[in-house]
Amino acid sequence: MTTYTHTDIRAFLDQDQKKDLLRLLTAGSVDDGKSTLIGRLMFDSKMLYEDQLAALERDSKRVGHAGEDIDYALLLDGLKAEREQGITIDVAYRYFSTAKRKFIIADTPGHEQYTRNMITGGSTANLAIILIDATRGVITQTRRHTFLVSLLGIKHVVLAVNKMDLVDFQQQVFDEICTDYKNFVTQLDIPDVEFIPLSALKGDNVVEVSSRMPWYHGKSMLEFLETVHINSDRNYDDFRFPVQYVLRPNQGFRGFAGRIASGIIKPGDPVLALPSGKTSKVKSIPTYDGNLTKAFPPQSVTLVLEDEIDISRGEMLVKPDNQPRTDRHFEAMLVWMDENPLDFSNQFFIKQTTNTTRARIDMIRHKIDVNTLEKSEVQSLGLNEIGRVVLTTAKPIFFDPYKKNKNTGSFVLIHPVSNNTVAVGMILDKLESKNLPSRITNNDKKKIREGKSLISLENRQKKLNQKGVTIWFTGLHGSGKNELAFSLEKELFDQGATAVLLDGSSIRTGLNRELDYTPADRAENLRRVAHIASILNDQGIITICSFISRNNHLREQLAEIIGKERFHLFYMKTTLDYCRKNKPELYEKADRGEVVYVPGVDLEFEEPPRPQLVFDPLENEMNITRILEYLEKNNIFPLT
Amino acid sequence: MKEYSLTNLQELEAEAIHIIREVAAEFENPVMLYSIGKDSSVMVRLAEKAFYPGKVPFPLMHIDSKWKFREMIEFRDSYAREKGWDLIVHYNKQGYESGIGPFTHGSKVHTDVMKTQALLEGLSKYKFDAAFGGARRDEEKSRAKERIFSFRDRFHQWDPKNQRPELWNIYNARVHKGESIRVFPLSNWTELDIWQYIRLENIPIVPLYYACERPVVDMDGNLIMVDDKRMPKELATKAEMRRVRFRTLGCYPLTGAVESEADTIEKIVEEMMTVTKSERTTRVIDFDQDASMEQKKREGYF
Repeated sequence: MTTYTHTDIRAFLDQDQKKDLLRLLTAGSVDDGKSTLIGRLMFDSKMLYEDQLAALERDSKRVGHAGEDIDYALLLDGLKAEREQGITIDVAYRYFSTAKRKFIIADTPGHEQYTRNMITGGSTANLAIILIDATRGVITQTRRHTFLVSLLGIKHVVLAVNKMDLVDFQQQVFDEICTDYKNFVTQLDIPDVEFIPLSALKGDNVVEVSSRMPWYHGKSMLEFLETVHINSDRNYDDFRFPVQYVLRPNQGFRGFAGRIASGIIKPGDPVLALPSGKTSKVKSIPTYDGNLTKAFPPQSVTLVLEDEIDISRGEMLVKPDNQPRTDRHFEAMLVWMDENPLDFSNQFFIKQTTNTTRARIDMIRHKIDVNTLEKSEVQSLGLNEIGRVVLTTAKPIFFDPYKKNKNTGSFVLIHPVSNNTVAVGMILDKLESKNLPSRITNNDKKKIREGKSLISLENRQKKLNQKGVTIWFTGLHGSGKNELAFSLEKELFDQGATAVLLDGSSIRTGLNRELDYTPADRAENLRRVAHIASILNDQGIITICSFISRNNHLREQLAEIIGKERFHLFYMKTTLDYCRKNKPELYEKADRGEVVYVPGVDLEFEEPPRPQLVFDPLENEMNITRILEYLEKNNIFPLT
Repeated sequence: MKEYSLTNLQELEAEAIHIIREVAAEFENPVMLYSIGKDSSVMVRLAEKAFYPGKVPFPLMHIDSKWKFREMIEFRDSYAREKGWDLIVHYNKQGYESGIGPFTHGSKVHTDVMKTQALLEGLSKYKFDAAFGGARRDEEKSRAKERIFSFRDRFHQWDPKNQRPELWNIYNARVHKGESIRVFPLSNWTELDIWQYIRLENIPIVPLYYACERPVVDMDGNLIMVDDKRMPKELATKAEMRRVRFRTLGCYPLTGAVESEADTIEKIVEEMMTVTKSERTTRVIDFDQDASMEQKKREGYF
């Protein structure tokens, strides 16, 4: 190894400190010689210590697969079980540096069941090396790896045609492989593709340009990696600052800490906070090392604003004239990473930038076969499968298409029970949310219905002397909500109102008879009821609904389907003991485990935080009076 | 775009600060493990930067095996006082009282009781749901495969075959009660990066890293320093003064010194560039068996 003198070392450190960082992904099949290539890059750039080399020689003889040669691959296979199997099974990170640059290699395996590892390893990569065995040419795995690379938005690809020594370093073999690959890669969106013929085992074109392939006039692998230009790959145009942490060390200081996702910010620049829409200006960018005059990605900074505006984690600072999309509804390419396939009845947590909320997958538009790129219709996605999906989140999120902005266009889905990261997604370009299919309706559909009818809502209401609203009773089994609902129906009938009552038994015996009592089916049951109520309300009819509707999330969906202004939530507030006395058989069965999914027993019942009215079942008479007063006061019935 | 580009160290710093803030934001009760070593010193500086001008919003915890170099403890106490850190020192009381130590019980038992068990005890005692560690992926093969947010079950165990996918800079911080996450903000730093950062940031480190005349005993090729009277007499009498330094710090009977003239950071780096032993081989505990670190990590060791 080189010996440095003392003055050299200062110069070395000063130079080393200025180097930039290239993160790269390597992908190839088990036998393409990927580990050998990485081992060789590290070996030839002199990043191996003597004891590591000694251990390597010892291991090569004991378990190596390279005959008498040093098996560089053994350097990389870290875990015991894998070493025994002779394969790398997870992402492993390697570090080396040359005089020009520092490198982080994400080394990922190539076989089919481990797509998820390649996706994991490639998410932060600037560049991908895809290995091809010259004796085998472009194979299915090559196509798969290239597709995944393009999906991840990696802008630079090097096709390393390895084992050229086994084809006598023939140009023709190399050229044919390149042509094959070019035909395939043009279908994908990769701006920069480079081709290098090499032999990792023998060292040709790895570090030095080989004399055994005089027909090749390009760079060696290492030269290429040292010089490829990556800085312009970052987005410096659209300022996005997801607030990560609010710093309030004392009364006088409020700073918003976070990592700049994209764009540039300077003191004096105007900013707008999402979702509040409040605006201010950047006052300063203080750091431990003094104030900054500008900040850019991927810096972690703290912004202090001129005005005191309330912003918390998960919100975003942007520039007023350049805003991301804000929506609850979007489409994405989703890679399923979990052993258990996608189950539509699950609500996931979505984490996107610093924002976490609930998300549901509404539908799979199609699945993409990673080997053939063919699209097909599927009912679900399994481990390592990739599909284009439509999602709805509980709160709006702020995002850009992944293609334009990796940091604001990426997300992960977390299972609410296991807490595992079950899927990762890349948001696709803008599509108006009304054009997206959805399991919930939005107000647009109401307009279509109204537009078709020749009778206006106003005329209907005038004739019926009432407004079409939904009175929704929520409460536990046996709380007495049905009694109150039926009393109300009778009372309204007597007073000349037109009302329809929907309850569990009437709906479940017919319309919804195929539905079960699982949380997912309960949700679907209510969704259908809400739609009926909504249609009836459109006709000007008062709809009385009596359903447990056990949590706020469901109730919010109901309000959304029916229309918030038409949805009146009445809560029958009781103790569980009271309900048990009224419906002893059901609760006893639930206690014995003979029936499951009973709210209050094995399913949580959430109290509504803001019901319009709250009732005590023991005061039925007075309750009716209160409802009638409510209807009159809110100009629902009778109309004034 | 040169004026809008970061050097490799600036990029690593930005990444680490983002990770540290993410933990402070998402966990209820995080802690930063502080080993007094150079990597810990860098990690603590990054935490200070992350919350500037505020204070670091979580405590530091040192797991004291009771066999650390005396200079380490002195350094820890004076530095913590000066900086006003919220520092917890935890040791395995039972192990200490029953006199567990490397000379009498061997490195394996000592490490297990006074380091691994002590760590798990400390984490459980304070119910920490996240613990920062200064480990780097370039140190050791099994670390190269570990996530930055590394999930531990209720028994503090790591399952290398069942790691959560970790993409972009989105970290999954969700755990059930009793489970926890070990967080490694220095994952992507190399040994050279650490020294470079210490040099550029003027971060104080324990003087043991610098060469000096010290009394050492040659034990099977490892130079073990006589740091206190607990070293058995028959060994201690063999001690001779040599100019040595330590490349890693731990329990003094388990940490070999190297002969060296390096008494500045520049000289240390110079030595590192020419020296031919990788960092962890000066730790006696690694000699046990192949893949030994993986085994320890599965059991809960950092």
